[in-house]
Amino acid sequence: MQFDNQTGAGDDVLIRVRDLRFRRGSRVIFDGVDMDFHRGAITAIMGPSGAGKTTLLKLIGAQLQPETGSIEVDGLNIHELSQVDLYDLRKRMGMLFQSGALLTDLNVFDNVAYPIREHTRLPERMIRYLVLAKLQAVGLRGAAGLMPSELSGGMARRVALARAIVLDPMMIMYDEPFSGQDPISMGVLMKLIRDLNDNLGLTSIIVSHDVTEASSIADYIYVMAEGKIMEQGTPRQMEDTHSEWARQFLNGLPDGPVAFHYPAPDYGQDLFGG
Amino acid sequence: MGELWQYLTAPFTALGRGALRSFERVGRSTLFLLQVLRGVPAVLLRPWLIVQQTYSVGVLTTVIILVAGGFVGMVLGLQLFNILVRFNSESSLGTTVGLTLVRELGPVVTALLFAGRAGSALTAELGLMKATEQFSAMEMMAVDPFKRVLAPRFIAGVVSMPLLAAMFSAIGVLTAYVIGVGLLGVDAGSYWSQMQNSVDFYNDLMTGFYKSLAFGFVSTWIALFEGYDSVPTSEGVGRATTQSVVHSSLAVLGLNFILTALLLETS
Repeated sequence: MQFDNQTGAGDDVLIRVRDLRFRRGSRVIFDGVDMDFHRGAITAIMGPSGAGKTTLLKLIGAQLQPETGSIEVDGLNIHELSQVDLYDLRKRMGMLFQSGALLTDLNVFDNVAYPIREHTRLPERMIRYLVLAKLQAVGLRGAAGLMPSELSGGMARRVALARAIVLDPMMIMYDEPFSGQDPISMGVLMKLIRDLNDNLGLTSIIVSHDVTEASSIADYIYVMAEGKIMEQGTPRQMEDTHSEWARQFLNGLPDGPVAFHYPAPDYGQDLFGG
Repeated sequence: MGELWQYLTAPFTALGRGALRSFERVGRSTLFLLQVLRGVPAVLLRPWLIVQQTYSVGVLTTVIILVAGGFVGMVLGLQLFNILVRFNSESSLGTTVGLTLVRELGPVVTALLFAGRAGSALTAELGLMKATEQFSAMEMMAVDPFKRVLAPRFIAGVVSMPLLAAMFSAIGVLTAYVIGVGLLGVDAGSYWSQMQNSVDFYNDLMTGFYKSLAFGFVSTWIALFEGYDSVPTSEGVGRATTQSVVHSSLAVLGLNFILTALLLETS
């Protein structure tokens, strides 16, 4: 898959973001952002906390409305759809929330079965078959009877992942899938994201600030800050980036374009100047 | 000069800002109610959702209602006997207990207890669902939370309140009987016959029914809105739960006065 020309509107683009502008109160979150998400690829969106990464996922899922600009998902401008059409489109979109967002009054099996029961009239035997297959894929078939409160953070995310793929969506969005995970859980999640993407032919968007992990499984990377795309490219291209800002972020340097010190008056004057 | 002007006008600015915020919240809660009501027809096609919620909102509140109703009935038996005996009219104990419970105390105290038990539970549950992104997850699964979560709870609250108020009044009448007749020697026949003669179905029982229906509507609406509109943090959910009980209780008491005035006029 070639990602040399991200501005081209090729046929293989599943999600096309154009001139996206969004603000919360007076704070500008996106200031004219253009992005393309290619079918079958894993695209990572990175950036410091507060850069608007999760907001971008909510805009793509039409949980938020942009001020101006458009987001096309599979050729449809998602913010101009009626609620019925939007819900039809969302049935083909999966999202993994940072907390897992499992329904706390249902056990693991019923959580995964939830979208099937809501949207289909399949017999219970078929539902059981589908749910167990998805739980097997994430390695948690044995936990089908547990309640969400009995799961570790990593297990909850894997159950949420099984729920997100149970209707065989065309794409899946991951909101900070690696944060707060131990190395084993992180490795499991990375393998699952890559395998599910390749085996099910999904398009994946990962929002993360875990640079190493996200870079190792992503096909393309956007680095965002201050409402703009600071840098973009394949992981290989990112290694050779000339952007000082991107280098500071990707290498975790404490000082650089993003200053270590919060803006303040002169230190000496502050101490002794009265 | 500018600073002095600012200092002088600050209280009015704060008052205006507070008023605007309150109006905005009333507007939002009204839009919220319309969305909940729009979800009601869809829920009627899935009655088991209503049954589930009626269990947690209504059935689980039964014990506190029965216990409270029992104690209120006992106190009524003691107090009203003490007053009536001064006028040699203790035989009217059944009438006064019946009317007091059915018209006023039944609906009002039930609504206050409902706000404290079921209302606060609803607010906390919804607040935590919001804090753990369960509403967002539902929306992304193409499931409308208004139809799936909020409308069933709303119907359950509105349906449960009159039933709970009826239980409260019934147990109150029985415990007042135990005190008045069993302990204080009021004639059992006059207790029941006077109650039967003076408590009217349309003027008294239906007054209580309309009141409890209105209280169920308002306190469930407030509980759901406070939960859905809460700040999704532990502090925000805690504050929303407190506000839910306070606002529901005040709304019930205020509404009770309006309904009493209206229903007394028509009866």
